[in-house]
Amino acid sequence: MASADSENRPPEAIPQAVKIIVAGGFGAGKTTLVSSVSEITPLSTEEVMTEASYGVDDLGGVEEKTTTTVALDFGRITINPDIVLYLFGAPGQDRFWFMWDELAEGALGAIVLADTRRLHTCFHAVDFFERRGVPFVVAVNRFDASADYCREEVREALDISGEVPIVMADARDRESCKEVLVELVTHVIQGRSPAMSG
Amino acid sequence: MNTSEEQRGTGWTGPAPGRPTTGPFPRRPAPSWNRGRGHPTSEGPSAGVGDAPAGSLVRPYTMTRGRTRPPTGPRLDMITIVVAARDREERALEPEYQAIMRLCRRPISLAEISARLDIPLTVVRVLLGDLVAAGDVRTRASAPVTRLPEKKVLQAVLDGIRRL
Ligand SMILES: Nc1nc2c(ncn2[C@@H]2O[C@H](COP(=O)(O)OP(=O)(O)OP(=O)(O)O)[C@@H](O)[C@H]2O)c(=O)[nH]1
Ligand SMILES: [Mg+2]
Repeated sequence: MASADSENRPPEAIPQAVKIIVAGGFGAGKTTLVSSVSEITPLSTEEVMTEASYGVDDLGGVEEKTTTTVALDFGRITINPDIVLYLFGAPGQDRFWFMWDELAEGALGAIVLADTRRLHTCFHAVDFFERRGVPFVVAVNRFDASADYCREEVREALDISGEVPIVMADARDRESCKEVLVELVTHVIQGRSPAMSG
Repeated sequence: MNTSEEQRGTGWTGPAPGRPTTGPFPRRPAPSWNRGRGHPTSEGPSAGVGDAPAGSLVRPYTMTRGRTRPPTGPRLDMITIVVAARDREERALEPEYQAIMRLCRRPISLAEISARLDIPLTVVRVLLGDLVAAGDVRTRASAPVTRLPEKKVLQAVLDGIRRL
């Protein structure tokens, strides 16, 4: 093909990608939530970290390494021919914090999965999204379905503003996960609209 | 959906009168912003992958001939979408570049390329940088940090999720 032709031809449209972060403590159900709504089997990608970040993770160990590989899993939802949504599970362990900045960059919003068996494991995620100004919802993943937790108890424990939606969820249930996503995107849209009623 | 209404409310007015201030869960301590380098709540920059001492990363960076950063070019983040340029000339490429080109026949994200080829993100970024520089692929970066997705896009996402 002559290059003049290609210059005159409009370039094929490339879809726009947006992303949502799924965060929460170790084993809170992040991968489960992603696979419940993803159109593909969640994929795993690796990032190589070359500096130890000091943090005590939940396994109780302090790791000091020069090179660490962190696996991120993610799923995909094709919204329409022009928009693709990616859902990224944020690495749960403290020593992988270095990935979070990159994950948060340009993110539409985040889901914080709160595991009622150990609620404290999502505190860091809440801190992070508050600080970065990333809109988020809290999805309470009730592993112990028999126990009935009150949203306000969770809200108090997490010390989050009344504006932040809290949804009861089951990460294994597709409809429940859809509900969480709808809640998040609705929250993001409301936060974005100039006419915020007080 | 009255539950959602209830949650969104009209602003937080503090705990309801009479409610004990401590629930069944330990309460999140006030955030402190100096937890150290690399922590998301730290003030400083997080550990940079590109600052690697070359020696510690010999294996993953063999393909990139030791480079840990892409050549200057468009921003290549995890959800940058890449597609093969339609009018590129056939050239002999090294296998890893060929593998990327095959995946890029249809638009695909950098993260997916990394996952499907089992090559770390950092390495894919360098290789893609080469392909961009050579005009073999075109990219569409995700919205820059300062420009979050437009409302139109958000609404489309919402509709799309509801249709799932
Ligand atoms: N009962 C119950 N089990 C769940 C739920 N969500 C996840 N699980 C189970 O909990 C386990 C951990 O879930 P994962 O999705 O792997 O958790 P994760 O957050 O990705 O874990 P890490 O990536 O290791 O931090 C799996 O065995 C899930 O099947 C839930 O809502 N209820
Ligand atoms: Mg997981």
